[in-house]
Amino acid sequence: MIEFEQVTKTYPGGSVAVEGFSLVVPSHRTVALVGSSGSGKTTLLRMVNRMVEPTSGRVLIDDQDVQDRDPVELRRSIGYVLQAGGLLPHRTVLDNVATVLRLNHVTRQAARARAAEMLERVGLDPALGSRYPGQLSGGQQQRVGVARALVPDPNILLMDEPFGAVDPIVRRELQDELARLQTELGKTIVFVTHDVDEAFRLGDEVVVLRERAAIAQQGTPSDILAAPADEFVHDFVGAGRAERVLHTQTIGGRLVAVDGTGLPVGVLES
Amino acid sequence: MNLIAEALAWLAEPANWSGPGGIPARTGQHLAITALTILLAGLIAWPAGVLIGHTRRGAGIVGALTGAARAIPTLGLLTLFGLGLGIGLTAPLLALIVLAIPSLLAGTYAGIQAIDPAIPAAARAIGMSPAQVILTVEVPLAMPVIIGGLRSATLQVVATATLAAYTADIGLGRYLFAGLKSRDYTEMLGGALVVVALTLVLEVALAICQSVARRIVDPASRTQRTPA
Repeated sequence: MIEFEQVTKTYPGGSVAVEGFSLVVPSHRTVALVGSSGSGKTTLLRMVNRMVEPTSGRVLIDDQDVQDRDPVELRRSIGYVLQAGGLLPHRTVLDNVATVLRLNHVTRQAARARAAEMLERVGLDPALGSRYPGQLSGGQQQRVGVARALVPDPNILLMDEPFGAVDPIVRRELQDELARLQTELGKTIVFVTHDVDEAFRLGDEVVVLRERAAIAQQGTPSDILAAPADEFVHDFVGAGRAERVLHTQTIGGRLVAVDGTGLPVGVLES
Repeated sequence: MNLIAEALAWLAEPANWSGPGGIPARTGQHLAITALTILLAGLIAWPAGVLIGHTRRGAGIVGALTGAARAIPTLGLLTLFGLGLGIGLTAPLLALIVLAIPSLLAGTYAGIQAIDPAIPAAARAIGMSPAQVILTVEVPLAMPVIIGGLRSATLQVVATATLAAYTADIGLGRYLFAGLKSRDYTEMLGGALVVVALTLVLEVALAICQSVARRIVDPASRTQRTPA
């Protein structure tokens, strides 16, 4: 469980990134923080592994203040996935995945064996292990980034717009893959994105943020879609967007769902 | 034309290739001065450059300082040190170190600053200590540029190390100063040719090192990308 308690972050020069933010991320759940740029969502994420220190307030992991933990040891215990993978270009894919295990003093051979297993688990051919990140496609690099975060078997996974740099089709594949992995692994995931559809697809709970990480609404995707708290959330999640407003028509004795533009999107089963 | 033929004859003369004043002995001394200079300058410039590159701070001031340092005439500096320190190797060594530092420093911090900041940031985020980020990520990735700095520093020092003979009986510069004094231009030109040859050999060797380092840090350039 991750808890933010009245967290504020003011950068030197006076710009306030986060103001009085509180949130509980329950264990084994995926919470998606969604907001436009400047909403402080990445700052919040980076406070969990002490890449950013809060100006005031506390961040707790399983009731322990992260301030009381050694930052390097803390980061090694938390999986972190960034945009474009954040891979080391001068190391092979296998060694990239094995990095954190090596930092935790696992022998090279054992680390590589576990890394190869994890590559397969995230849907990559283990033969890619001997390649370098620059030789892979964007989607493959992103899978390597996920494998690297998962291989030490952390309880917590922090994901900072991990699929933002790939095309929509590959993004959809990666999202499905992550959802599948999460049903197997049950990690506590904090997922930061500016893409509402991605947040709805992956988050058990979605937190919509305004500027300075003010919570505009928090709830399950269906809660938010069904009852946007205000105009801001309504617009942000696109509740009024033509493809979100469905109605039904009876065609050939079956109920067909049709969106606001008149495009049929599916058939209702009773 | 005649002078060049005489200089080549001087180079071919077996007597010039033996004894403590012979070409091999003096070349050895010359290389030793160069290596010692680079080592001592590197002890100052490399850690300072790594620190500036890692923190991404102070590059402006240091850039201005090293730029100014490059404008210092080494012969003048050597004379100044020589007046204070007297005859011996210390004065030329100090002057050469001042000559070598700017290139080494600039190569190091420029190389590290040129790395995409997302790479060291990611290394830190997955749990590398600052020392691990520097030693296993930043320095290796900056290595081609660091070697580039080493290459230009070495060229300057190996050519200028002839000045060591100004205050000490050491190195290939002896042929130049001795030849100048006795108006033995054959010896001067012969000595100069040896310096040129040595410089070229070092240049080629370091260029090879640099391209090897480049291939190590950018392995993706060696082979084709896989289709997506």
